[in-house]
Amino acid sequence: MDRVSMGLAAFLAAAAAAATAAYAQQKDKAQEGIEAYREALQDGNPAELFEATGEELWKTPAGPKNASLEGCDLGLGAGVVKGAYAQLPRYFKDTDKVQDLESRLLTCISTLQGKDTKPYIDSAFGTPPKEEMNALAAFLSGQAKGTPIDVTPKHPKEQAMYELGKRMFYFQGGPYDFACATCHGQEGQRIRMQDLPYIPGNTGAAAGWSSWPAYRVSAGQMWSMQWRLNDCFRQQRFPEPVYASDATIALSMYMAATASGATMKTPGIKR
Amino acid sequence: MGNPMKIRAASKDGVTEIKVLMSHEMETGQRKDANGATIPAWFINEVTAKLDGKTVMQAQWGPSISKNPYLAFKVKGGKAGDKVTVTWVDNKGDTRTDEAMVT
Repeated sequence: MDRVSMGLAAFLAAAAAAATAAYAQQKDKAQEGIEAYREALQDGNPAELFEATGEELWKTPAGPKNASLEGCDLGLGAGVVKGAYAQLPRYFKDTDKVQDLESRLLTCISTLQGKDTKPYIDSAFGTPPKEEMNALAAFLSGQAKGTPIDVTPKHPKEQAMYELGKRMFYFQGGPYDFACATCHGQEGQRIRMQDLPYIPGNTGAAAGWSSWPAYRVSAGQMWSMQWRLNDCFRQQRFPEPVYASDATIALSMYMAATASGATMKTPGIKR
Repeated sequence: MGNPMKIRAASKDGVTEIKVLMSHEMETGQRKDANGATIPAWFINEVTAKLDGKTVMQAQWGPSISKNPYLAFKVKGGKAGDKVTVTWVDNKGDTRTDEAMVT
């Protein structure tokens, strides 16, 4: 290459670098704007309204047995709600299964209240009776706000769920050949204006696991973690998972265990 | 009677900041449901706030206020221990009043 072309190439490279740096600066401003908007949203999170509804659902007797959910064991003993969400999913002896919050609530709704769980499983998110789960999730996750996530797979079934969740995370399928890892398997990825947390790492997993259930402002809806996972499947063009099925619990176990140590910030608020 | 509101009020340097989170669908009356029928308008159209028994703020709202509205405003005066009362009335005539104490 002669000296003129070398000079030209060097100039173009420098210009490109400068342009990239300028673009990066612009991106930071956009990020700053979003951060500021997020901060402003925190004050007066409508999730609080759902926490109040959830508390009522927890304490009000219902179902054929006319019982409240106050006798429900979420892992820390019957009726103990403080901090329980931060230790889910976990193994439960009475059902001999690893369960997340919503599958555990289904157990209690069935055994304590005598209700049929099929309408809860089959109905659409945000419609009765499934919408009750959003309120219950808001209330119960709020009771763990500020406590550290403490999920360490010890029981063989917990370890099996964790391993299954990890495999599922990397499993590619559907018409786009997407895996969870396609979006969440690399540091520094972004889709449109949404930063994508790196879930295999503690910080990234915590970004997700500590902030859901959350109130989504743009939709005016309270989303439970099961709803969020269901939407991930939809975004990947995967078949719809059954509500509170082992598939969803496995992924939850993988994320929760990876996020262990971080502080719960639930219920969160999203744009 | 509508759903309960969450009210927080704090007094500092002679100014009381009042924050209210209301629970309301705030349907604009412009949306259509799955069958194409217009979903009827249903929104808060009057808000009144009282501090220590005296009306300090009145608002006339319309369909542009979003669902589950969050309202924050500052009032000159007021001190810890004063009572804040907030009332809303919607276009269907439903109403809700809640109160809180200034911290």
